Amino acid sequence: MSERADLEIIASLVPQGSRVLDLGCGNGELLAHLRERRGCTGYGIELADEGVLACTRRGVNVIQLNLEEGLALFDDRSFDVVLQLDTLQHLRNTERMLRETARVGRIGVVSFPNFAHWPNRVSVALGRMPVTRTLPYEWYDTPNIRVGTHADFEVLARKNGLHILESFGLQKGRVVRHLPNLRASMAVFKFERT
Amino acid sequence: MHFAEPLHLASGARLRDYTLVYETYGTLNAARDNAVLVCHALNASHHVAGVSPKGDTGWWDNLVGPGKPLDTQRFFVIGVNNPGSCFGSTGPASPNPDPAAEGRAYGADFPVVTVEDWVDAQARLVARLGIARLAAVVGGSLGGMQALAWTLRYPERIAHCVAAATAPSLSAQNIAFNEVARRAIATDPDFHGGHYGAQGVIPRRGLRVARMIGHITYLSDDSMEARFGRTTRAASEDPHAPPFAYTTQDIEFQVESYLRYQGDKFSEYFDANTYLLITRALDYFDPARAHGGDLSAAFRIARDCRFLVVSFTTDWRFAPQRSREIVKALVDNRTEVSYAEIDAPHGHDAFLLEDPRYHGVMRAYFENIAREIEARPAAAAEVRYAT
Repeated sequence: MSERADLEIIASLVPQGSRVLDLGCGNGELLAHLRERRGCTGYGIELADEGVLACTRRGVNVIQLNLEEGLALFDDRSFDVVLQLDTLQHLRNTERMLRETARVGRIGVVSFPNFAHWPNRVSVALGRMPVTRTLPYEWYDTPNIRVGTHADFEVLARKNGLHILESFGLQKGRVVRHLPNLRASMAVFKFERT
Repeated sequence: MHFAEPLHLASGARLRDYTLVYETYGTLNAARDNAVLVCHALNASHHVAGVSPKGDTGWWDNLVGPGKPLDTQRFFVIGVNNPGSCFGSTGPASPNPDPAAEGRAYGADFPVVTVEDWVDAQARLVARLGIARLAAVVGGSLGGMQALAWTLRYPERIAHCVAAATAPSLSAQNIAFNEVARRAIATDPDFHGGHYGAQGVIPRRGLRVARMIGHITYLSDDSMEARFGRTTRAASEDPHAPPFAYTTQDIEFQVESYLRYQGDKFSEYFDANTYLLITRALDYFDPARAHGGDLSAAFRIARDCRFLVVSFTTDWRFAPQRSREIVKALVDNRTEVSYAEIDAPHGHDAFLLEDPRYHGVMRAYFENIAREIEARPAAAAEVRYAT
């Protein structure tokens, strides 16, 4: 199942024994995996009641907070890794959240849907906004308020003084290192502050 | 349980020769590690769950019981009435053992107690029950403060702390409301400086007003509006009656009727001196104070305990922001903590009600604790504890 493979690929970016903050941790599956398989500790931030309950059931430390209110609870560099997976596209204050991620963690890992994936380009070229497995909403009914590409993020990172340590695409549970902007539906970046 | 050894209090005074009433539910396991202490707030007692012979249901019966979120089929749950209260443990209405009192009730002479004093008294009782380490201490509001204080005073004797609808200290506004209630009681002509018992009277008027004020702070603006609105008592009895009677002293609005009823009920059973003592304990609670206002420093000692903190969005007495202060202090110490902010409409009262999201999180948290306990190999030797 590609979701499981995605989880393991992202997990492999987190060094063993890291102190982790997972922003928008959903049901806590990744945090539980990091705790059990990679000796990590830390917290998940999740706003939705269902997510908070699922995390509590897994025994994962979850803090019910709105991300966009800022990570005021956390001091500078208080985590080894801050994860912001599949969340960037929902945030109003994208740049601020990115800077906050880099403030709180020594390393940040971000993933988001890559709008420049070739099926999306074909769809737009044919005159319609894409509706895909990664972008499953209609244009008038989507929680994704920020629509960017793999290449766009490289520009945004530079603009905000972030040094990219590693980047690749994810497509159907496989890592895409060659032309990820074209060939992968998800973009993944690992970065630190310069 | 009777305690002959005096309890040394934060004030410097001592509580000598006192009794604590308590109730237990469920069974203590062989390893004695499945015990959960429940701490009560202002208007509650050791009768946490179940129905008493007199027909009273425990104040947290919706949370505690067989198959409930705090499952008495897996946990040994203990409810203790704090000293200074009026539900059976030694308090202002109890006889003063000082020979100079000649057998009269303590009245206003009962020593002023703090949250920490209560925790010390509870710790003694728990030790006498042969329990070296509690699986959890749970409480809401003032009970939550006791749970937090347990982690600060006896961090090695508590594994988990569950604190709902609470705060790390009272705000000026909180203290102000407490003071208004105290003034209402203390200025009641029947108060007699707290020695009303000797006069054979009760400062009922003061107690009623105190209860009315307290009650308003437990409810949310929206929930009061939804429940009472501007409905007049006349209209609720006869829809065709004229709306107003144009009186300043009689009841016009339903909300007045309700508050008066709450006040009347309360003044029948609640001891006035107890009300003063318990609101003061609320005012004094301030673990950060001994650390120059640094709550994170205060919680350093508790960093190996595990916490569940819960707040309710419409609680304006102890707002979610206060719980976030606690969470920040815990996170600063890398403590294991989960925090849920329940979007319930009932205000401060919500911690006593049965919201499915709230109870869902509580149930999940306690289930994890139970599973951990049950996965442990049974203790070979019995744990003894010297008092």
